[in-house]
Amino acid sequence: MPRRRPRGRSLVVWVACGLLGAACNGPIESGPDEGPTAGGTPAYGDTFIQASIGDIGGLIPSLTSDQSSHEVGGMIYDGLVKLDKDLNTAPSMAESWTYSRDCLELTFKLRRDVKWHDGRPFTAEDVLFTYQTMINPKTPAPFKEGFLLVKDVQAPDPYTVRVTYDKPYARAVETWGTYVLPKHRLQSFAEAGTLRESPQNSRPIGTGPYRFQEWKPGEKVVLVASPDYYEGRPYLGRIVYRVIPSQATIFLELKARGVDYASSLTGIQYARQTEYPAFRKAYQKFRYPGSGYTFVGFNLKDPRFADLRVRQAFAHAINKQELIDGVRLGLAREATGPIRPGTWAYTDDVKRFPYDPEKAKALLAEAGWKDRDGDGLVEDRDGKPFTLTIRTNQGNDERKKISEITQQRLKEIGVQADIQLIEWAAFIKEFVKPRRFEVVVLGLGSGTDPDQFVVWHSSQRGPDQMNRTGYSNPEVDHLLELGRASCVREDRVRYYHRIQEILAEDLPMIFLYTADALPVVAARVHGVSPAPSGILHNFTEWFVPKQQQRYTSG
Amino acid sequence: MALFALRRLLLSIPLLLGITFVSYVVISLAPGGPLDFLTPEDPNASPEVTARLIQEFGLDQPIHVQYWQWLKRAVRLDFGRSFLPDGRPVLTKIGERLPVTLFLNLIEMAIIVGLAVPIGVLSATRQYSLYDKITTIFVFVGFATPDFWLALLLMILFGVQLGWLPISGLRSLNWEYMSFWQQQWDFFAHLILPIVVATFGGLAGFSRYMRQSMLEVVRQDYVQTARAKGLSERVVISKHALRNALLPVVTILALALPGLIGGSVIIESIFAIPGMGQLMVQSVFSRDYPVVMGNLVIVATLTLVANLVADITYGLVDPRIRFGGRRRRR
Repeated sequence: MPRRRPRGRSLVVWVACGLLGAACNGPIESGPDEGPTAGGTPAYGDTFIQASIGDIGGLIPSLTSDQSSHEVGGMIYDGLVKLDKDLNTAPSMAESWTYSRDCLELTFKLRRDVKWHDGRPFTAEDVLFTYQTMINPKTPAPFKEGFLLVKDVQAPDPYTVRVTYDKPYARAVETWGTYVLPKHRLQSFAEAGTLRESPQNSRPIGTGPYRFQEWKPGEKVVLVASPDYYEGRPYLGRIVYRVIPSQATIFLELKARGVDYASSLTGIQYARQTEYPAFRKAYQKFRYPGSGYTFVGFNLKDPRFADLRVRQAFAHAINKQELIDGVRLGLAREATGPIRPGTWAYTDDVKRFPYDPEKAKALLAEAGWKDRDGDGLVEDRDGKPFTLTIRTNQGNDERKKISEITQQRLKEIGVQADIQLIEWAAFIKEFVKPRRFEVVVLGLGSGTDPDQFVVWHSSQRGPDQMNRTGYSNPEVDHLLELGRASCVREDRVRYYHRIQEILAEDLPMIFLYTADALPVVAARVHGVSPAPSGILHNFTEWFVPKQQQRYTSG
Repeated sequence: MALFALRRLLLSIPLLLGITFVSYVVISLAPGGPLDFLTPEDPNASPEVTARLIQEFGLDQPIHVQYWQWLKRAVRLDFGRSFLPDGRPVLTKIGERLPVTLFLNLIEMAIIVGLAVPIGVLSATRQYSLYDKITTIFVFVGFATPDFWLALLLMILFGVQLGWLPISGLRSLNWEYMSFWQQQWDFFAHLILPIVVATFGGLAGFSRYMRQSMLEVVRQDYVQTARAKGLSERVVISKHALRNALLPVVTILALALPGLIGGSVIIESIFAIPGMGQLMVQSVFSRDYPVVMGNLVIVATLTLVANLVADITYGLVDPRIRFGGRRRRR
């Protein structure tokens, strides 16, 4: 999350619970009302204390999939490229790159002034090693797809890396934002397939802006600024990630000024519980659209939902604004499709289905669902009533409320819905994966690249694949294939706009809303400027003026 | 007596095997598996990684084979490595969590016993007095108060409003820079709220047991006899009644032994204390079988030991059991 760099991961993550670390984009709506953000002289020092709801899984981020590990890893490691504030690829350890004319060969020129934290020089050998480790079947890296498409990687000299592909791959450059691993520390472990047991996994060295200092499992992780970081020494001298497994406690620590940053407040915390002078003085609150969306998904295998008119009826029965107001206290924006709002591939110029219960009933009647016995519920020709179960995971209050409101709205159009809340692991394994559901309420993250092949392509409907609704449309299939294989942005924009239009009409799911990210940062920290890629993208430029520094930097 | 202890000891071996086997089967049957968490719900996750890990963890074997493999290592006290990406040995993970939980629970237990015995005795000897009624109300309020709610209220009052005590964690962030005595105070200050919350809930049950047990004893003939001998009420209660009344309480205390290392999930989570309760719950939620099993073995062993200790102490303090023709269970 820090400085939002691509890492060949999470195009789309099914958001498990809550809004932890919702990544972010779009314009800021509100900044601090008090406390100086602009001005002040940059100064080195101070400690920045973050609360983390879970402990890190390990310190080789390529092996982990949890948010905390990637946040910490992003400070310690760097990739060849990073994503800038507008989610464009930008140089990091590579100073430049060039494509061959056919988009099949990609050549990176590496910086010569990059050193590992132990003083050894960083070279193309490390990049080669990272690639080989990623594709090694013995490496349990959850995100290696991007590397499996690579045909060959070569290092003609210590500061040049040449990558070749069999066919053009739209996300090729982004893939190389993956964290580069130190060959001299890991080679034997990578070959033996015992990376998880290597010292690097508990005491890592990297090339990033912060050096690892300490990890007390379950308690805290401490990093210190790297004085000779190649892009300039970061101002904040030390970062402490405190593991606090309770949201309520994190919030109290905020109120007592025990932590300096929270990645996202809840709606009620943002709107009510932090609106008092002392809090406004101590913290800067931010609000901008997050990166994921919440949806009501249909199982298209179910003959009832295979009928477009039924899906349209449901879309007309649900009042999105009511959900946004009721569930998010208005702190969300209506979603019209799966692409991250504000990014280059996004469009909201698509078909919409305003709240209209009468129209919904008419559509149901057209599909053969009418109230034949006057009990207020609709039945099919054989008198079988339209009943279904809305399923979602336990422990997510927003989704529970959405289910309840939807239940009520469906009743208005004569559909009897029950609600079932299921523990996350069981929910995914027993219901979502085998597609044993009728309607689910879930969230999906929209990644940094608009390629959503795996979510919408008809070839991805298998039990362990991500096309959970079972959506299939030949035109979308074709566009997804084109979009994935092109390295020309103008073409890709056209493909993805068309995909969003079709999805909005086909309604494999009802896109409800994109929740706002609501982070807070201590007021003494200057230089914070949220952008489409989130709030931490320029973390190394944050600083606390000398006279406002609160802690030593270790 | 020795024979009795030995017999009970031998009997607990098959019991322990049974417990571990059932636990292993049950945790394996729980929906989802470790791989659901390691290979996330992400389109870029590679299916062959899942296959590779299943093989590495031995999850492709039938369950009895898995259990056998686990058992063969466990008898040599090798509980394997965690399935999580940190891949650290189970015993290390438990080892770094155990001291905190043990320390907290020992203090808590000492306070509970220290307070509950006098509260219970006084309530019993002054049954239906104003004092009895007040303590009864007090302990029931304590019993009925949810931990997390009380914890949050105290945190708001002492941590946020008054600012007297730290809210969460075990040490301040500048702990390394403190003098020795400052460090001790800092650590102590962090423990006050969790211990108060834990004690408040635990006090109720224990003092009620004490009261009940005392009430029964003071009605016995030998207490009447002691009074008839002309002994002062203080001596009657403290010498003749209390010792007997403590009997069932000792049993309960012994049976609370496994709880000492179990740790309270709620208290540890809300106060951000990295203890055993958190570890256990996290490993169950992430289906980290080796850690779950390691934990279970320790808790099961302690439970069996506690049972044994309870039986033996019972025999020691109660001659009827020691010399009785048949060995009775409590």
